[in-house]
Amino acid sequence: MPIIQSVTCPICGCLCDDIEVTVENNEVVKIKNGCAVCEAKFLGYKGEHRIKTPMMRKEGKLVPVSMDEAVHAAAEVLANAKYPILYGWSSTSSEAQRVGVELTEEVGGIMDNTAVVCHGPSILGVQEVGIPTCTLGQIRHRADLVIYWGCDPWSAHPRHLERYTSFTEGRFEKSEYKAYVQKLKAQAGKKKIASLIRSGAPKAHAAKPQACYIGGVPPEMSKGGRKLIVVDVRKSMTAEMADYFIQVEPNRDYEVMQALRALVRDQDLDVEQVGGVPKEYLEAVADALVNCEFGVIFFGMGLTQSAGKFRNIEVAIQLVRDLNARTKFLIMPMRGHFNVTGADVVQAWQSGYPYGVDFSLGYPTYNPGETTCTDVLMRDELDASLVIAADPGSNFPKNAVKNMVKHPLIVIDPHMNATAMLADILFPAAFVGIEVEGTAYRMDHVPLPLHKVVEPPEGVLSDEEILKRILEEVRIIKAQKAEQKTEAA
Amino acid sequence: MRVTLLSGRTIEQGVGKEYGKASREYYDACSMVYMDADDMKKLGVKNNTNVQVTTPVGSVILKAVRYPRGPTPGLIYIPYGPWANAVCSDATTSIGMPSFKGTPAEVEAAPEQKVLTIEELLLSEFGR
Repeated sequence: MPIIQSVTCPICGCLCDDIEVTVENNEVVKIKNGCAVCEAKFLGYKGEHRIKTPMMRKEGKLVPVSMDEAVHAAAEVLANAKYPILYGWSSTSSEAQRVGVELTEEVGGIMDNTAVVCHGPSILGVQEVGIPTCTLGQIRHRADLVIYWGCDPWSAHPRHLERYTSFTEGRFEKSEYKAYVQKLKAQAGKKKIASLIRSGAPKAHAAKPQACYIGGVPPEMSKGGRKLIVVDVRKSMTAEMADYFIQVEPNRDYEVMQALRALVRDQDLDVEQVGGVPKEYLEAVADALVNCEFGVIFFGMGLTQSAGKFRNIEVAIQLVRDLNARTKFLIMPMRGHFNVTGADVVQAWQSGYPYGVDFSLGYPTYNPGETTCTDVLMRDELDASLVIAADPGSNFPKNAVKNMVKHPLIVIDPHMNATAMLADILFPAAFVGIEVEGTAYRMDHVPLPLHKVVEPPEGVLSDEEILKRILEEVRIIKAQKAEQKTEAA
Repeated sequence: MRVTLLSGRTIEQGVGKEYGKASREYYDACSMVYMDADDMKKLGVKNNTNVQVTTPVGSVILKAVRYPRGPTPGLIYIPYGPWANAVCSDATTSIGMPSFKGTPAEVEAAPEQKVLTIEELLLSEFGR
């Protein structure tokens, strides 16, 4: 059985490139080193929910059609549309994204990627104040203070701690994994004692009651080695691993961040608590921030999707800027899809703008709120849409999807997801990173190669090939239309 | 009961989406809502029974699950998916990003009502 080493995992922005894939009879049968989501993807890609042939909605039902028919129908829709949306792009290769820009320009539509409902506000924040950041390798080897703010990597980027931060053996900083395991053992011991007490053991052994605070008791921040701080509105799994957990009231991150900025600048707070966090807790965090040698803040949807949105990111970056007057500090968004960073990069180097790019004037324009596809959908300004490698049917607000299905909807995806179920024209695609090779950008903007480990099912094309065929057909239709116009004139 | 609705990632949702959006794993992971243990007591809702979540956007039936990692009073958490988006705020505040976290919501016990499957949910919302 051939074992393929160093395969890049095509799921989240971590892009772990140490996966070992065992292939038997053109099927993945075993995965080593991957997380739970990685195993689900590599072992579930061939499952029952796979789309096998192109399909079109006829009399309300999706029926199989030939590839040529589907390509022609999709090209007709796009060539005749005045303001189509071409959305998705984050779970495919940069090569396909490049064809996407060409197609969008040709049909004069809007090209938007999943950043719009993910780290779009982060991009806006960065455009306001810049960003001091680095690659993950630097963090792995040097960071002695790691903060996860409004994100839960244990759930969304399961191997982030293991590969890049607290639980990795760096050149200058050691892994905290053993200390964490010991902490778990101690906790298990305490639980046993507590259950003994409950079952009537002598009271003399009763543990001292701990001070009660919703965010947990502040542990000693004087511990050696890497420190891990988690700031979140609820105690996530990552928060359970942290040395220090701060529970903020929902929609209050901005205030907490501004309070920390004041403390870092040696100003005193004249309030007892900010955003539900007592002042002394904030002071403990500010001390840790100032006293570290190399700190990093990772932030997620907790900041970009709650009140303040891009202003939260702006103030987080400003906090990092203030900290750099005292020590070395960096910040990085926890990008979700494996190539959403690539989608931003490709769109930026092709059109000048990272997401929400409008080609309807014949040249690219960008005005978030106006040209972002969620807003266009909510205002119902579109007349057709193409969705590729994303699932707005699941992940967009209900009223946006309602307007999407009013108009012709073309979907390119390997799996029967919610958007595919709503589609008018549906293309099956090969899995990028499993059945097709390509390039993807990690969350720190490092491009990595995606591998092909098995052959795609017969007749199933890659995203890039499908887009190229649609683009070719659109050009033919447009040329015919131009010819008819001249003849009529 | 008035609460604040958050939506977000869970590892089960991540695994479910890779198996397929029509899979049992995805249904189990996304058609539920994490609630605070004390809030559930106040509401008279047992673990793994159904509740109705209502916001100005809409209403959805979900399975209520006690949040295992500590108190989250006044907060409910629905994993990303069509069930969450049936109720999440769609206000983009003119920057493209809907307000997926922090929507004010109302929760009530609905033990007799059924949680819709993804096909039923899409059909009821979009007619397809």
